[in-house]
This record gives sequence, C-alpha cells and structure tokens, in this order.
Amino acid sequence: MWDYLKLAGLGLVAVCAAIAANYAHDLAYQVNALTVMLAAGIAFLWVLRGAGDPKPNLQHEYFDGVVRAGAIATAFWGAVGFLVGVVIALQLAFPQLNFEFLQGYGNFGRLRPLHTSAVIFAFGGNALIMSSFYIVQRTSAARLFGGNLGWFVFWGWQLVIVLAATGYVLGATQSKEYAEPVWYVDILITVVWVAFLIAFMGTLLKRKEPHIYVANWFLLSMILTVAMLHLVNNAAIPVSIFGSAQVQLYSGVQDAMVQWWYGHNAVGFFLTAGFLGMMYYFVPKQVERPVFSYKLSIIHFWALIFLYIWAGPHHLHYTALPDWASTLGMVFSVILWMPSWGGMINGLMTLSGAWDKLRTDPIIRMMVVSIGFYGMSTFEGPMMSIKAVNSLSHYTDWTIGHVHSGALGWNGMITFGVLYYLVPRLWNREGLYSLKLVSWHFWLATIGIVLYASAMWVTGIMEGLMWREVDANGFLVNAFADTVAAKFPMYVVRALGGLLFLTGALIMCWNLWMTVRAQPVKASQHSAVPAE
Amino acid sequence: METYSFLRHLADSWFLLAMTLGFLGLCLWAFRPGSRAMHQDVATSIFRNDERPAEATSAKKEG
Repeated sequence: MWDYLKLAGLGLVAVCAAIAANYAHDLAYQVNALTVMLAAGIAFLWVLRGAGDPKPNLQHEYFDGVVRAGAIATAFWGAVGFLVGVVIALQLAFPQLNFEFLQGYGNFGRLRPLHTSAVIFAFGGNALIMSSFYIVQRTSAARLFGGNLGWFVFWGWQLVIVLAATGYVLGATQSKEYAEPVWYVDILITVVWVAFLIAFMGTLLKRKEPHIYVANWFLLSMILTVAMLHLVNNAAIPVSIFGSAQVQLYSGVQDAMVQWWYGHNAVGFFLTAGFLGMMYYFVPKQVERPVFSYKLSIIHFWALIFLYIWAGPHHLHYTALPDWASTLGMVFSVILWMPSWGGMINGLMTLSGAWDKLRTDPIIRMMVVSIGFYGMSTFEGPMMSIKAVNSLSHYTDWTIGHVHSGALGWNGMITFGVLYYLVPRLWNREGLYSLKLVSWHFWLATIGIVLYASAMWVTGIMEGLMWREVDANGFLVNAFADTVAAKFPMYVVRALGGLLFLTGALIMCWNLWMTVRAQPVKASQHSAVPAE
Repeated sequence: METYSFLRHLADSWFLLAMTLGFLGLCLWAFRPGSRAMHQDVATSIFRNDERPAEATSAKKEG
C-alpha cells in the first residue's frame, strides 16, 4: 500500500515538474523543473522495481548504507567545492580567466556562491548528515528511526545541492549570502530538513541507552536552529509559481539584520555546533578515551546556545543598524570567546595520557589541528567583532582569511579525520590503505591553510590601512584600484594555498577509494557484513 | 505602549534576567551532587554498542 502511495506521489511530482518546465518564465527555473522531473522519474522507477518485495526486519543492525553514501558524497562534494574555490581564487588573481565565452555563466560572480554553497552545504551538510546518522545510532544503540527516511534525507539533500548549483550558474539567486537558493529550493530544503529532524529525534526517542550523549545535544541543536533560521530568513513571496524570482518580506536594515542573524548563526550552529557534535564523538573514539570533562561539555553546550544567537549584529558595524544593536552583537561575540576555548580545551585534553598517539596516528594529528583552528578562529572572530578592529577589518580580505581558517582548518580537518575514521569501519576493512598518504594530506592541507590565512591577513590589513590613509589636507591617498593592484602577489599565494589544500583532498579521495577496493576485509568478531 | 518599546523594555530587563538565571541554573545543575557517576557512565557510553543495536531491540518493534 505504502509503495502505491509513493508511486502516485512521485508520478504527480514528475508530471507537475514537466508542466512547470513548459510554462517556465526563465531558464534557471526550466532547468530546475526538468531536474526535478528527472529525479522524480528515477525515484518512480526505483520504487516500482522494488514494489511488493518483502521488507526484511533489520532492527538488529545499524542503518549504515546511508552513512556509506554520505561518506562518498562528502568526499565528492568536498573535492568539487575546493576545486571551484581554486578556480575563483585564480580568477581574482588573473581576471583573464573570466573567459569571454563563459560571460554570464562562468565568471566570478556566478561561481562564488557555487563555491560557498558547495563547501558549506554540500561538503559540510553531507558531513553533518552522515555523522548525525552514525552517531545517533551508536549512542542510542538503536537503528535509525523511520525505515527509509534516512535515504529520503540523503537523496533529498543531493537534489537540493544540484538544484541550487545549476540555479546559481544560470542566475537564480535571492542574493542573500549563504541563503542564495530561491523559493522553491527553500521549500524543498524545509521538507528534507524536517525529515532529518524526524529521523534524528525518532532514533533518540527509541534509544536503549538511559542518557543522551552530549554529541547528540549539539547535533539536535544544529538541526532545530537551522530550521528556525532557514524559515525566518527565507520568508519571501514568489513573483510567479513558474519563475525563480521572489520578493523578500523584509526590507532595508531589517532585512540586513535578519540576514546576518541567519548568516552568523549558520556559522554558529551549522559549522560550529554540528561539527562540535562530531568532535565530541569522534575524537574520544579515535583516542579511545572518554571526553576530558563531561561537565565542561555540558557548560560548553549551554553557553553556545545562550550566547551565539545574539552575535549576528557584529556583521553590521557602522551601518544603518542602531548603535545599541551592534554593541550588543559585539559584547556577546567577545563573551563567546570563553566557552569556545573551554570546548577547545575539552577536546584537546581528551588526549591527556595519550599524547604519544600524536606521533603514530596521523588521524589524531588531523583532529588536534582542527581543534587548534577552532580555538584560533574563535579567538580571531571575537577580536574582529570589536568595533575598533572591525573599522579596519570590515570589507577587507581579512574577513575571508578568518572564514577560511575556520572552514578549512576546523570544519575541513575534522571532517577529513572523521572520513578516515569512518571509511574502514563502514566498509569493514582492515585499517586504511596508507597512513603515509594521510600524513601527506595532513601536511599539504596544513601548509595550504597557513599560506591562505597569512596571505589574507597581509592583504586584508594592507587594504584596510590603504583605504583609511589620508594626506595632510584630508584627501584619500589611494584609489580603490590601487589596493587591487597591491593585492596581486597575495592573491597568487592564496590560490597556491588553495591548490595545496585541494591536492590533499584528492589524495584523501584516492586513499579512501583504495581502502575500500584493495584493503582486506576485516576478520570480524561477528560473522557477516551487514548486507544492505 | 507600542510593540517595539514594550519588547525592547522586556528584553533588557526581566527576560534578560530570566535567561541569565536559566543559564546559571543549567550550569549549576551539571555540578549537582551525585552527577559524577552518571556523567562518567554517559561519557563511556560511546564505547558500547559499536557493532549493532542493543540486544533488547528484537523483532517486535516496527517492520
């Protein structure tokens, strides 16, 4: 019965998408509608071929198929996102790379949101979904709730990524940073995200462990907060149901404030709380010791929950935003420094008594460096939110450097560590293919980040100083184009750093691929590999 | 009083106080007597059930 309902629903979606593609007002909408039609068609065939098959009871094993798919997707989208990043870094250094024949599609303005969304939502999002599903099952000692709901979340999220990415290149955007997807993609995101929440909460509710491990608190807060942020920030009215254009519900400074309330909490909950959930599970697992202080992790959690939500206005210093609001944002940002460092110390001290593992285990090295970068960017962030510092740093490349030391260093490195941890376990392999290649990845990525961040500090501060330089009569000394010319060498160094980081990620993909292909199957204590 | 002034006043007085006390209460609650054993148990719970769900989950629940 359920299969017939699914078939009817998918058929309806495919037909509606075909009609929408026919009436489309713009190219991006048309391509997206055709993509949805194709996806619904493939899903229809898939359900049809499996209809009526007996459903085996799998409650006695974990739902790891979706985690395996998540690991593949994370590695793939990571490589894609980093590649686009290197391309746009080179486009900034060498504007000739905005080729004439790609004008309107392959130039910097179109590719930049493709890069940010690919790394944050495709790479980071898949890493979070994969880790959430793995962690919540293990710590609840229960199979993921909702049968195939996990697959719906996974494939739904991939569809969101493809729709958003093709839309950006073809010009569909609502021009909100990190929230560029247009109204119908936003609706799909909401549906997928609610399914994610149901699968996660359902598993927690049927858990066999008496308590909910702290990693799940962080992951659940990520899911709930992102849902709230997404709904409020994307409130918009479509111009037509057959077009990708929409009008925001808010305007002016209110719109800016809502956008940066969203934007900063996307960093705070998507890229921080969610990844802290990964840290609190995978670091103790890899080190084989419980977390340094469970009490500290609780305080870390509540402090982030109570403080982060107020920090957004620091993105709008010296704008039309009322002064009290930006002061509020600054004060809460500075207060955030303490719990962040508490969390960093908690993560690092989990190694106490096992520091020797740093010498032998490059995966732990990766995790420790990522926690180090978490500490560094959660110090740099509060510092940059202080109004006096912000008057220098705002609108300069320093901000881009800050974002990347957090994203490449903290989110990237912890995700690489998690992939190295998960892949041999998920495919039941006897360890990784090559630890030496992990070391290569580690050093390439670390040197890449250092080159990137230091280049951006230099160019950012230089830019800020050049913009405010005045002569004896009070006239500005430098034109904007002077700063652009002066930045050239740093832009080349930045692109080189990005290239090193990308090379490391490609080495990781090869290493993980060979782990699955060439490593012997682990002699298991339990008889069979779960067949799903 | 208009909505803005009312909310603004509430936010920087009673609601601020309630949230601060709530936060401090949650922190103190973590340090309540007897929490150590429980926290120890939760912290080490990640080393259990690595391979498969707990035995209690047998064929009964949902198909």
